[in-house]
Amino acid sequence: MGLLSGKATCNTHGQDSSYFLGWQEYEKNPYDEVQNPTGIIQMGLAENQLSFDLLESWLARNPDAAGFKRDGQSIFRELALFQDYHGLPAFKKALVEFMSEIRGNKVTFDTSKIVLTAGATSANETLMFCLAEPGEAFLLPTPYYPGFDRDLKWRTGVEIVPIQCTSLNGFQITETAIEEAYQLAQKRHLKVKGVLVTNPSNPLGTTMSRNELNLLVNIITEKNIHLISDEIYSGTVFSSPGFVSIMEILKDRNCENTQVWNRVHIVYSLSKDLGLPGFRVGAIYSNDDMVVAAATKMSSFGLVSSQTQYLLSALLSDKKFTQNYISENKKRLKQRHRKLVSGLEKAGISCLKSNAGLFCWVDMRHLLRSNTFEAEMELWKKIVYDVKLNISPGSSCHCTEPGWFRVCFANMSEDTLKLSMQRLKAFVDSITTTLHNQSNHQSIKNSRRRSLTKWVFRLSFDDRVTGER
Amino acid sequence: MAIEIEQPSVSVGLSKVAVSETHGEDSPYFAGWKAYDENPYEESTNPSGVIQMGLAENQVSFDLLEEYLEQQPEASTWGKGAPGFRENALFQDYHGLKSFRQAMASFMEQIRGGRAKFDLNRIVVTAGATAANELLTFILADPGDALLVPTPYYPGFDRDLRWRTGIKIVPIHCDSSNNFQITPQALEAAYKEAESKDVRVRGVLITNPSNPLGATIQRSVLEELLDFATRKNIHLVSDEIYSGSAFSSSEFVSIAEILEARQYKDSERVHIVYSLSKDLGLPGFRVGTIYSYNDKVVTTARRMSSFTLISSQTQYLLASMLSNKKFTENYIKTNRERLQKRYQMIIEGLRSAGIECLKGNAGLFCWMNLSPLLEEQTREGELALWDSMLHEVKLNISPGSSCHCSEPGWFRVCFANMSEQTLEVALKRIHNFMQKRERRRN
Repeated sequence: MGLLSGKATCNTHGQDSSYFLGWQEYEKNPYDEVQNPTGIIQMGLAENQLSFDLLESWLARNPDAAGFKRDGQSIFRELALFQDYHGLPAFKKALVEFMSEIRGNKVTFDTSKIVLTAGATSANETLMFCLAEPGEAFLLPTPYYPGFDRDLKWRTGVEIVPIQCTSLNGFQITETAIEEAYQLAQKRHLKVKGVLVTNPSNPLGTTMSRNELNLLVNIITEKNIHLISDEIYSGTVFSSPGFVSIMEILKDRNCENTQVWNRVHIVYSLSKDLGLPGFRVGAIYSNDDMVVAAATKMSSFGLVSSQTQYLLSALLSDKKFTQNYISENKKRLKQRHRKLVSGLEKAGISCLKSNAGLFCWVDMRHLLRSNTFEAEMELWKKIVYDVKLNISPGSSCHCTEPGWFRVCFANMSEDTLKLSMQRLKAFVDSITTTLHNQSNHQSIKNSRRRSLTKWVFRLSFDDRVTGER
Repeated sequence: MAIEIEQPSVSVGLSKVAVSETHGEDSPYFAGWKAYDENPYEESTNPSGVIQMGLAENQVSFDLLEEYLEQQPEASTWGKGAPGFRENALFQDYHGLKSFRQAMASFMEQIRGGRAKFDLNRIVVTAGATAANELLTFILADPGDALLVPTPYYPGFDRDLRWRTGIKIVPIHCDSSNNFQITPQALEAAYKEAESKDVRVRGVLITNPSNPLGATIQRSVLEELLDFATRKNIHLVSDEIYSGSAFSSSEFVSIAEILEARQYKDSERVHIVYSLSKDLGLPGFRVGTIYSYNDKVVTTARRMSSFTLISSQTQYLLASMLSNKKFTENYIKTNRERLQKRYQMIIEGLRSAGIECLKGNAGLFCWMNLSPLLEEQTREGELALWDSMLHEVKLNISPGSSCHCSEPGWFRVCFANMSEQTLEVALKRIHNFMQKRERRRN
């Protein structure tokens, strides 16, 4: 039989990684409060299930939006025929205003610069097609979302070169780390076309500091490269220091209409902030007309359903709703986050201090048999198969330090979260007992206590104008 | 659709793909749309405007869809009190909603009069046939490889199959001597042409029923195509997005039927593309599918569909609609009848104006022969005529050259994207135009 293409036969889809294997195990034995109380609890899925009731009540009060009606009149035909890749004007307007609101209205967005795509997955890939040739590279700070390996590289042929970040400074990006990434790219004979960052970060759950953002602007100016800021978690920032968008930094530095202004592109989506991943609503925002033009044409390969555009244009145009949603959603995320953090603390586990996202970056280094990724895998397998929690190992996020795990908290009920923490505590207690009985592991207990102090109560290394991280 | 024609220049470091013109938007196919956008016909407010006859949309059966929505509102509102909302909103599984795939499989079977069976687990969901065709190309071919495509073909293929994938299209030349049917000689010639340029052929892509011909491909030709693909050990992609627009069910033979008759021998090289944009008139909803008989293609296509999934809200609506057998049976039958009626109307109208068309039996358009009117039998002659049709007669029709037709003078004329009254106005204008020409000549 005829061969398939190189893309079909390679592994760049990434589906053999542990990130996906954990999902597979979960699928085989999923936890259900009633049906399967000993099943695996899914804590590897960054979904936001906390605010559906707000959406449901809005839908109940506004039946026209889902019923293809505008002011009581049917607009079904109009929507059914609408396949213009420029997108539904009313939806784009509502979307850019929503994005502005999330940023405290410190920046405004132009509807002529936004391109709608079937999810951020599509947006990120499209930007790669627009900005880089096969064989060129983008720099990404580690740890990063495992899906990027597929989204950015698979069909585009673009390479990812990591900017190694470490726990020494809370995984922040440093100038040294970027320089080293550049050298690594050179060694691999890769031309660097840009940097892609996720802000707020997945998997760290932290917002980027002004220092880091300014550093990035300096670098892309100096090296004449692009910057993509994936801001799909921007609406999930629940505590200080608050979210600073790259656009704000550019404004503060009077970069409008300079060359660097044209090289900054934002990716957004409603999958995380609004909890609507099924609806496939993503967007590219760029100040460069040619990028907007090319991306618009490319969006033909992944347009947003007009049925969905219309529903969301009605939802997001309701300012009373959006204001309430944004603040209520944050409140609930903050609460849930606190529950996870305290649950972990009770198990003697700390995590990176975070203020955003749907997950925590958890430090289990003290539970490793050795400071290796083999040990991390061993621990991960125990947690998936014995403790029955599907969490994401840091290695799947390309973290350079073994022992870190991403644990989601917004994709389950409060009771389920509680149960997961109980299971974890029981597991840690059992390990501790074992370790305690071995005299040469006494030092581990001490270092555990030290790391608790170091990470839970530590102050950040950088100056913070707005306070704690 | 507003078009911006850019001048490629030294950009702030964009890729070659981004600045190339392979998106094809500088062709007359798109320029005609621009003229329409600037001066669109409207019965009462702009009766002398340009009538859009270049858009292959199906607007003849909306009432049936609207009636369904009236009777089954839960399909769009997730049931009373929206109980299914959250589950649906969270559903981003690239396998696609099972109930939707089930409904699509059964709908595709109904369209083929039950003469072929479809397995819901071989259906991959994509945001439109545009995405499906590109996705398949990524899977079946490497950059620099070629797909053989019979001419004339849908202008959008130049972008969909080539732009980001880097593959080439090598035409299988068809002409009016045998009603533009694909011949074994033409297939071999195309294959040899690719070989002579050191280009590796990975497959043949056909559209059946054909766009722009508006005719189904004969069974014997399908058999030949399958044999050819098997001999050369290449793929066969059958874009069947107009299958529900064949005026009579029995006249459309799907490649699926050929495979079943052969007990699926050599079927792992065959892939079918389908969409609801034409048959159901829902291009805005972005509903496309790939149906492949090859397991590896199904698995890979599924993973790749992450870049182009169908909104779960839309999958939910269509799962409900298409699983309603009473609705689908009535829709398929009524839609065919109305399209046939429209086709008759335009053919008779053109004939009485002295214009002949290719005998058609499917689709939303007819393939009109204006070669007798050309000043010179060349592409330039054709474009000159097209220009007068656009600016004097105020009709936007698609010139055959934009469909890569090797014979000048043929035009694709759509008939289902307007009301009957508008079609009458268009026919009247053509009639007047032809009369004027006669008078000028005499």
